[in-house]
Amino acid sequence: MNIGILLKEGPYNHQASDTAYKFAEAAIKKGHTIDAVFLYNDGVGNVTKLMDPPQDDRNIAARWDELSKKHGVEILACIAASKRRGINDDVLIEGGTITGLGTLTDIAIRNDRLLTFGD
Amino acid sequence: MGNTDIEENTDIKKIMHVMRHAPHGTIYSYEGLEMILIMAAYEQDLSVVFIGDGIYALKKNQDTHGIGIKGFSKTFMALDGYDVEKLYVDQFSLEERGLTQDDLVVPVEVLSSAELGGLMKEQDVIIHH
Amino acid sequence: MLHTINKSPFASDTLETCGRFLLPGDPVLFIEDGVYAVQAGNRFSSMIATIQKANPVYALAPDLDARGISAVDEGVTRVDYEGFVELVERHQVNSWL
Repeated sequence: MNIGILLKEGPYNHQASDTAYKFAEAAIKKGHTIDAVFLYNDGVGNVTKLMDPPQDDRNIAARWDELSKKHGVEILACIAASKRRGINDDVLIEGGTITGLGTLTDIAIRNDRLLTFGD
Repeated sequence: MGNTDIEENTDIKKIMHVMRHAPHGTIYSYEGLEMILIMAAYEQDLSVVFIGDGIYALKKNQDTHGIGIKGFSKTFMALDGYDVEKLYVDQFSLEERGLTQDDLVVPVEVLSSAELGGLMKEQDVIIHH
Repeated sequence: MLHTINKSPFASDTLETCGRFLLPGDPVLFIEDGVYAVQAGNRFSSMIATIQKANPVYALAPDLDARGISAVDEGVTRVDYEGFVELVERHQVNSWL
């Protein structure tokens, strides 16, 4: 099954990022394809490589980066939402891409499921 | 030719946007509307449902001048021009807020929870804002 | 259709709102702070029992564990993330944020 994920909250402030990641991990383990994680609202804050949490905590951006590199999951930040919040290519993780809402529409159309995580 | 038509029809997805947040206090309603406007260009079967505080985005006479945030209630009026014609309001939410259709900036269809539940069941994708 | 609820019922009306739109047979999965709804013996136990007359109810076990909830309302099924994925395999999803 092909699954898209829409993530609408920033990292750390809300559990949404963590639940989305755990879900993606479990789905991939079961043989499903996570096509993309599309970041919207404050969710775009998930992909800044400037984040630097304490060493004993998870690095949420690095985790998405790894998911992208290991499993080909596209990590996409909405351009309009990113511009508002100061996220651009300079701060973006390697595995991330800034793109338009049209891409989310394509994700909604081409996948069997679109799951939303947020507040 | 006929086959092409069938092919195209199966590509059309039913996508429902559920507006649940009040405007201004958080950005969810405004960015939700931005998402709807973009998706409208993709010729899918779109609908927008207003439930709970989401209804307040449609309230007439909003003047955001004093709070320094751009108002957007009038943008809902433009949805018709984007061929987004399925606007539904949850009757229970409307009534518990002491509002009627006359309080809203656009014409909407007021439906019961059971009717909306039935519509939700038909959807391929549901996105809450 | 799978309905997910991620808010504590003590902080938000999401459970009550979602409850009005459930169709018989639709599974409900509590995740994140939503799992406080199914802690045995709380104010919402009767509502959970009513929902269970027509709808199967699940709660995400890692979220229950993280919150120290060991006793859940009778009939509520604990699932891990794999169980969450299995529910998604069988149903379209309505995430009540």
